Amino acid sequence: MKDLDPLVFFYVFREMLGPLLWLLPLLALLGIAGFVYVLMRDGGLVSRRLVISEVVGFFGGFAALALMAWVTLSGFSDAGGPVDWLLVGVIWGVGVIGGAVLSYAVLGLFDRSHAKQGY
Amino acid sequence: MTDIPSKLSRRDLMKLSGLGAAALTLPVAAAKPAQAAEKIKTNARIVIIGAGAAGLAAASHLSQRLEGAAIILIDRRKAHYYQPGFTLVAAGLKPESYVTTATADYVRNGVELIEEQAAEIDPDGNKVVTDKGRVVPYDYLIVAAGLHLDYAAIEGMEVDKIGKDGLGGVYASPAAAVATAKAMFEFAEKGGVGLFGRPATEMKCAGAPLKYTFIVDDYLRRSGARGKSEIIYAAQNKTLFSVPIVSEKVRMLFRDRGVKVAYDRVMTAIDLSRKVATFKTPDGVEEIKYDFTNVVPPMRAPDVVRNSPLPWRTGQWATEGWMDVDRGSLRHKRYPNVFGVGDIAGVPKGKTAASVKWQAPVAVDHLIASIEGKTSDAVYTGYTSCPLITQLGRAMLVEFDYENNLTPSFPGVIAPLEELWITWVMKTMALKPTYIAMLRGHA
Ligand SMILES: Cc1cc2nc3c(=O)[nH]c(=O)nc-3n(C[C@H](O)[C@H](O)[C@H](O)COP(=O)(O)OP(=O)(O)OC[C@H]3O[C@@H](n4cnc5c(N)ncnc54)[C@H](O)[C@@H]3O)c2cc1C
Repeated sequence: MKDLDPLVFFYVFREMLGPLLWLLPLLALLGIAGFVYVLMRDGGLVSRRLVISEVVGFFGGFAALALMAWVTLSGFSDAGGPVDWLLVGVIWGVGVIGGAVLSYAVLGLFDRSHAKQGY
Repeated sequence: MTDIPSKLSRRDLMKLSGLGAAALTLPVAAAKPAQAAEKIKTNARIVIIGAGAAGLAAASHLSQRLEGAAIILIDRRKAHYYQPGFTLVAAGLKPESYVTTATADYVRNGVELIEEQAAEIDPDGNKVVTDKGRVVPYDYLIVAAGLHLDYAAIEGMEVDKIGKDGLGGVYASPAAAVATAKAMFEFAEKGGVGLFGRPATEMKCAGAPLKYTFIVDDYLRRSGARGKSEIIYAAQNKTLFSVPIVSEKVRMLFRDRGVKVAYDRVMTAIDLSRKVATFKTPDGVEEIKYDFTNVVPPMRAPDVVRNSPLPWRTGQWATEGWMDVDRGSLRHKRYPNVFGVGDIAGVPKGKTAASVKWQAPVAVDHLIASIEGKTSDAVYTGYTSCPLITQLGRAMLVEFDYENNLTPSFPGVIAPLEELWITWVMKTMALKPTYIAMLRGHA
């Protein structure tokens, strides 16, 4: 194998995702920005909201796996080796973290009751 | 599994799911010789016969690197076929639209497309004549006309009967792949004798006949009809694949799945009404009855090349008409301004889209070096790749070179001869985008 050109990955992703190549990172960025904003506004994590977002994240992991299964016309039950389990873990992890961060941010933006005085 | 979800939602989901998994799953077979930052000025006329995978990729690379050149593609067919997807269509997993797009979508600005067929190549006079009588002179010629599926060489075979009476033909066309899926599902419900095999000639994607055997085996299991069925694979010689280590692996998998192998069997005739195929064997002929079969015909160079001075002059490759090119540079051995890229090239391996990805930039590099009066040290090593589906949801990533070495893209991560989901994920998600990027000259 010759050297790997990162640009090739970019082009392949562009063919695969179309406009989502930009929209997905944007969504991730917005989620993180919202999360950080809510965190700073509230002066820390709000435990009740954290629990809800963790539950959402937990299901987000399974949603990611289900999505993947539908797209690839197969599923994690087809996993046949260590790298497959790693892939299942990564997909689940992305779903968990994405789901948790996004839901925490969204919940926080709507629920201002914990906002620090004067903020 | 027969119902195919609507095109749009599938596509959108395809896109959505990209982020998570695809980072791990992209095939590496994508690198190009360092591209000159500055375009090379020339008024050379470069003609490319065939606007399939190889022709389009070569045209895109040329137009990226040259300024002022006339780059002319000749191909009558308006539709572009993503052939590696035919197997998924014939498995009932993807619709026909998954494999059919328009050639014009991939023709870059500055590249001219003549929608005619090349009828004659005159490498001594440096010109091509089309079926409409148009004379197209060239300074450099790239032949990328693919290959001809010689169904007529099988007595009794009728391509328009594919889909009826248990007759399958994954290779023939996108529509034939759809029809094959229909016949296959009818068979999978009832069970019976499934007959598979491959021709004795060179062929594109030698893994495809094997993949389809595994897929049908899996559908029979899912419907519960495997127990009352028999699957026979007729191998054209004493092996199951040209790379010995892969052949052994397939032998073991066939043993595991209960696929019976009949070695040294080459299909010569088929009786579509009696459902009997005739094979040439070392001892004469043999008839095998089937309830479902996937006919993979002999393959040879298209007439335009066969009837030209370009093929090999001795041996099987002369009979089949493959171009006599240098295996490292893909430059013609007797006509240095002529190159053969893709299925048409008479080289020991290749004949996959994955090979095209490596061949096109190498041939283009040598061609451009000639324009500049230089030499190029770019080499095509025979890289060929095939995600060999071994059941629905799993595949083995098989990559090799001229010397039968395995050349894994992800050594230590994706084991080459292991049946893995990640390889299937790659086949279904990343392969087509990689292929399209290749046509555009980006991979
Ligand atoms: C069922 C199946 C499964 C496959 N699976 C895989 C896979 O999993 N992985 C993989 O890498 N590859 C796979 N392939 C192989 C891959 O599709 C081919 O190797 C690849 O398309 C070769 O590119 P090419 O440009 O040489 O030929 P093609 O893409 O076939 O293009 C040839 C072009 O030449 C044109 N042409 C022919 N004659 C003339 C003429 N006289 N004048 C002008 N134009 C002409 C044709 O119209 C066509 O457009 C598969 C193929 C099939 C059929």
